[in-house]
Amino acid sequence: MEAPTKMKEVLTGTTIIACTYDGGVILGADSRTSSGNYVANKVADKITKVCDKVYLCRSGSAAHTQAVAGYANLYLNQHAIELGDKGCSVKAAANIVKEIAYGNKAWMNAGMIIAGWDKKEKGKVFVVPLGGTLMDVPFAVGGSGSIYINAFVDRNWKPNMTKEECKSFVRKAVSLAISRDGSSGGVIRTVTVNEHEQVKEFVTGNEVPVYQDEIQSKGPPQVEFVSV
Amino acid sequence: MSGVGSGYDLSVTTFSPEGRVFQTEYAGKATDNGVPCVGVCCKDGAILAVEKPEETKMMLPNSNRRIFTVSRHCGMAVPGKLPDGRQIVSRAQQEAENYKRFYGETIPTKVLTDRLANFCHVFSLYWHLRPLGSAALTASFDDDGPHVYLSETNGVSYRYYGIAVGKGRQGIKTELERMKLDQMTCKEALKAVCKCLIKQRDDSSNKKFEIELAWISEETGREFVRVPADLAKECEAAAKKEIEQEEDDDSDMEG
Repeated sequence: MEAPTKMKEVLTGTTIIACTYDGGVILGADSRTSSGNYVANKVADKITKVCDKVYLCRSGSAAHTQAVAGYANLYLNQHAIELGDKGCSVKAAANIVKEIAYGNKAWMNAGMIIAGWDKKEKGKVFVVPLGGTLMDVPFAVGGSGSIYINAFVDRNWKPNMTKEECKSFVRKAVSLAISRDGSSGGVIRTVTVNEHEQVKEFVTGNEVPVYQDEIQSKGPPQVEFVSV
Repeated sequence: MSGVGSGYDLSVTTFSPEGRVFQTEYAGKATDNGVPCVGVCCKDGAILAVEKPEETKMMLPNSNRRIFTVSRHCGMAVPGKLPDGRQIVSRAQQEAENYKRFYGETIPTKVLTDRLANFCHVFSLYWHLRPLGSAALTASFDDDGPHVYLSETNGVSYRYYGIAVGKGRQGIKTELERMKLDQMTCKEALKAVCKCLIKQRDDSSNKKFEIELAWISEETGREFVRVPADLAKECEAAAKKEIEQEEDDDSDMEG
């Protein structure tokens, strides 16, 4: 095969997901960043912290979403100083991301999910897709891989899951997307946010579940589906 | 070089040798000599009240308002120089609107009053500006309950259970301290506030006056509104009656 001669835009051809559970939220993402068919980074971190207990899942142009995350972080830090000990809300963070996304929509390629925990509204998930709409949702999927798992999440999501249920739901969704979407891959990263913690975790590449006709390295599929 | 400030009071950018800035103190006097304003924080909301003397018989009632709405959850009363006060109010309205647009949430009163204090403070930093001639009394209802703040022209703002500014403030403050505001509902406090205002009036002046009342409480749906005219009238009348009764009792005792 020919080596790529022209560099294409670096995209986070992605699978991202965020989901509320009883007491908090879990964000999930794959780790592939590609430039055309070239994998620019196989262990990228697409879940960026924008302020205390608020995280941003990035999909679309890596440059654009990094810039948005940077600005959101800047504004929210100033905001946190102004508010003092009150701490900023997920809603405020989402609104800022929306303002940036909408104001620059003509030259921007960015789909983002904002999720986190705040004292007033507890676990919250907001989604800001391509045009800059802001939506308040119980869970959200995004990126190129999301199209393959819409049915899965619609069928298997349920309100008030436990933390463990939610984490396995998120990991399963991302692994399913990875198995079908060529632009998603690598490790599965998750961030768990609730009143007491904000923890980053990941599932290493060799432990990412594989499905159906994929090459099986460890025998038959190891994954049980979430029962409905 | 004689007089009160001995030459150190000519500019807002000049300190006196004792470390005072006379011009900001004079500006404070504009508020002190203004109409009496009261702000109280009750258990279910907050009230603003202003007592205004009738300036001329030919002026229509309700035409010289001193209480303004800043946003849905917040209102403001201005003692002192009314045009200066309006400047603060319009700035507050802008701040509230900008905050809402940028963060998608209503502005916390602490943030609003801090920003207003900064706004006022700027006027005492430059030789080509004069400090504003009015403080601003803010009443609001946030997620964490009702608030009353006073932002002064020198750039400080504090939160109060109850506060009075303008003429006769000292008397009203003493009255407020006696009241158990945190155990009263707004409806109960309304009459008490009217009473404070009427009581401190100079008995010798028989000038007509008008009391402007506005509140924000659970009852108003956490929206800053004027107290309905009939209720305001009722409270004022009841307050007057109580005061007369108290006076009668006193004279009886003397007799």
